[in-house]
Amino acid sequence: MIDLIVFLTLIALGYFVGSYLEKRHYQSIREREIQYASLPTIMLKKPLHPENIKESRLVNGSVVISIDYFKRLMATLRNIFGGNVTSYESLVDRARREAILRMKEDAKDADEIINLRLETSSISKNDQKGTIGSVEVLAYGTALKY
Amino acid sequence: MNITNIETIPGKTIVEHHGVVSGSTVRAKHVGRDIMAGFKNVFGGELKGYTELLAESREEAMQRMTEQAKSLGANAIVNVRFSTSSVAAGAAELYVYGTAVSVQ
Repeated sequence: MIDLIVFLTLIALGYFVGSYLEKRHYQSIREREIQYASLPTIMLKKPLHPENIKESRLVNGSVVISIDYFKRLMATLRNIFGGNVTSYESLVDRARREAILRMKEDAKDADEIINLRLETSSISKNDQKGTIGSVEVLAYGTALKY
Repeated sequence: MNITNIETIPGKTIVEHHGVVSGSTVRAKHVGRDIMAGFKNVFGGELKGYTELLAESREEAMQRMTEQAKSLGANAIVNVRFSTSSVAAGAAELYVYGTAVSVQ
């Protein structure tokens, strides 16, 4: 009985607090994406104006984001039926966008970021279920100053 | 030390290659941070402790790579790549590698 109460509390907490936190995070991501829209970030290795580059340096940004209890449960259920695991899609999307934004914050005074690379790795908790609890995304590139 | 992840240092010419340089750190998670992460696993959201831990470790790996490049007499590292792998339960290896060059 107590187990069931704990389980239901965790689901409710995960659902309400988790979706509130996600909504707030998405809002902050959108605001900062508009703020940094003037700093172009490309995956090409060739800069726009190769003649007059004053400075170049490596910049990076990384974030570790965890999934909430409710979504983890939904993902486990998905494993039975198959299909899109939407709860993990939003997790990875948030992590990638946040990592790129942090990289841009690191390159505040730059005019362009070239050769952007994204790397994702899972940090498994190695518990009895063996499910992936969180992902780490690293974004890095070369910041140029004209 | 000039570090980029493209094949050149813009505005400079490469005059000498010194070969591959690399740096790595293997870090285990801290118990206190693990407990906090356990809480966060219920609510979801960023695990700040882990973000910091991995950023610090990566910084250290970069430091080791830079020292290696210095000892070879290089003044720049080009085409830098990062890689992460989990070697054991609760430990992650952060690896960074690139080509040490001399530029003018």
